[in-house]
Amino acid sequence: MQVPQISVFLENKVGRMADVTDVLAANDINIIALSVADTSEFGILRLIVNKPELAYERLKKQGFTVMTNFVVAVEVQDVPGGLSKILRVLTGAKLNVEYMYAFVERGTGRAALIFRFDKEQEAIKVLQSAGVNILQKVDIF
Amino acid sequence: MIWDEKHERMSRKDLGALQLERLQGVVKKVYDKVPFYRAKLDAAGVKPGDVKTLADLRKLPFTDKNDLRDNYPLGLLTVPQSEVREIHGSSGTTGKPIIVAYTNKDIDTWSEVMARTLANAGCNPGDVVQNAYGYGLFTGGLGVHYGGLRLGAMVIPMSGGNSKRQIMLIQDLGARAIGCTPSYFLSLIETAEEMGIDFRNTNLRIGVFGAEPWSENMRREIEKRSGVIAIDIYGLSEIIGPGVSGECEAQNGLHINEDHFLPETIDPDTGEVLENGEVGEMVFTTLTKDATPVLRFRTRDISSIARDKCGCGRTTARMSRVTGRTDDMLIIRGVNVFPSQIESVLMAVEGAEPHYQIVVRREGALDDMEVQVEVNERLFSDEIRGLEALEGKIGEELHSVLGLRVRVKLVEPKTIERSMGKAKRVIDMRGQ
Repeated sequence: MQVPQISVFLENKVGRMADVTDVLAANDINIIALSVADTSEFGILRLIVNKPELAYERLKKQGFTVMTNFVVAVEVQDVPGGLSKILRVLTGAKLNVEYMYAFVERGTGRAALIFRFDKEQEAIKVLQSAGVNILQKVDIF
Repeated sequence: MIWDEKHERMSRKDLGALQLERLQGVVKKVYDKVPFYRAKLDAAGVKPGDVKTLADLRKLPFTDKNDLRDNYPLGLLTVPQSEVREIHGSSGTTGKPIIVAYTNKDIDTWSEVMARTLANAGCNPGDVVQNAYGYGLFTGGLGVHYGGLRLGAMVIPMSGGNSKRQIMLIQDLGARAIGCTPSYFLSLIETAEEMGIDFRNTNLRIGVFGAEPWSENMRREIEKRSGVIAIDIYGLSEIIGPGVSGECEAQNGLHINEDHFLPETIDPDTGEVLENGEVGEMVFTTLTKDATPVLRFRTRDISSIARDKCGCGRTTARMSRVTGRTDDMLIIRGVNVFPSQIESVLMAVEGAEPHYQIVVRREGALDDMEVQVEVNERLFSDEIRGLEALEGKIGEELHSVLGLRVRVKLVEPKTIERSMGKAKRVIDMRGQ
C-alpha cells in the first residue's frame, strides 16, 4: 500500500546533490522520482528508488543523514482536472497534505503522485473509497 | 581508594600549618633566586619575612601568563639548568609558548598528585589505563603517564588520534580507565558506535577527562552513551599540569591537592579575593614546585571553592567544574557568552550531537553569532517544518539561557571538525 521513500539532509553547498547521485550511480540504483524541499540554508532531498534498502545503507555509510519512511503513491488520470478530483476528495475529508510530488510511471506512462499525509491510514481509506487507484509497490517497480 | 591518607585527610589545622610553612619557603626561594620575583615583591613592598600567616598571601603580587611569556624560555628557574630533567609548554596560540621546567623532585610530586587523581577517580593499582592525552610538550600525556606508573597501573601510551586503534586496544588490552579530553572521548564513542561496539561490553568503566571546559550535560551524555563514569580533572602546565585537582566518585567538585597548590578565587576585574562559593578566577600558588614555582598565578579559569566536607572523607577544598576561561568568554552585542553555556543547551536537546561550533561575524555594526549543529538521524525529519521546528527550539533555548538571539544553523554530520585534543569551539571572525 505504501512506498518507501529515502530522505537525505543536504546543506546548500555546491556539489552535494551530485555527491548523493554519485553514490546511487555507483551502486546501480535508479531514481524513479525525486523532489527537493529547501530553505536558504539546507534542503531535504526525497527519493523514490528501485533499491531503497541498498540506497539507505550506502548513503548512510557515506556519512549522509538519511531516513526511510513510507509515502502513498496514487495514480492520476492524465486529463484536465485529474489532480483536482483527488485533492477534492482529500479536502472533503479535511485531510492535510504535508507534501507531494509527481512522476510518470514506468512502462505504462501513467501519471502518478507521491503524497505524504499526516493522517496516512485515514487518507488511504478515503482515497480508496472514492475509487482512486493507490499504486502497489509492484506497480512502480 | 585514597592514595595519600596523610595529606588528603589531614585536619584543616594541620594542613594550614603545612601550607604556611611551605608558602614561607617558596616566597623566600623565589625572592632569593629569581630577579623577576625579587623586583616584583620589592615593588609591592613585601619581604619574605612579612608572610606570617596564610592571610598574608593577599599581600603578594599576582603572576600571569604574560609574566611567564616575558621570561621565555627559562628566565624563572630557581635551580641551575643542569638540575632540570624535563620541560613542558603551553600551546601558545600566538608567538612564543610558555615553558615550564621540572626537576626530579617536581616529577616525583607530579607523579604523586596524578596517582592521587587517578585513585580519586576510582582507579586501582593493577588497572589498565589507556592514555589518549597527547604526549609531548603538552602536560596531559606525560602527567597521566607518570600518575599511572606511580599508582601501579599498566599504562597504554596511545596519545590522541587513531580512534579505531584506540578502540581495538580498549577491547584487546582491557583498559578499565581512559584519559583524554571529553570532546575526544565523544568522538571515540561515535566511532565505536559506527563499528557496532558498545563500551559497556568492554572493561572500560572510568573516564578521566580534562584539558578543556565541558558541561554537566556533556557528562551525562558521555555516561549515557558509554556506561563509563566521567570524572572531571583539572590542571595547567604553569602550576604542574594535570593533578592540580580532580573529582572523586561523588562527582561533587574537584579535590584540590592543597598541600601542593594553594588556591584562591578572585574577582578578575578588581583582583579582590572572594569568599567560599563565590564564582571568580582561580589563582594558585605552588607550594612545593622546585624548578619553576609561581606566586598567585592567575589561571583565567572560572570556578569557585567549597571547603565543606566531602562524603569521600577527603578534607581538601574542592573547586567547582570550570565552566569557562576569562579569555574564552565571547562578548556578543555586549552580552557575556561562554561556549560551555551553548554546549549545555545543546546537550539538553534530545538527540542533539555534542559536536558544535560557534561562528561570530560582524554584520555592519552588529555581532552575529551562529551556532552550527549537526543533524543526525535522530534529529532529521523528511519535512522542512520538522527541521525548522528544531532550529526554532534550539534558538529559543539559547535565547533563554544567553539572553541573546543567535542563529542556529543545521549542518551535515561530521562537518564540524573532530578534535584529537582540545576542541576548537569558537571561530571569531570579527577581527578579520
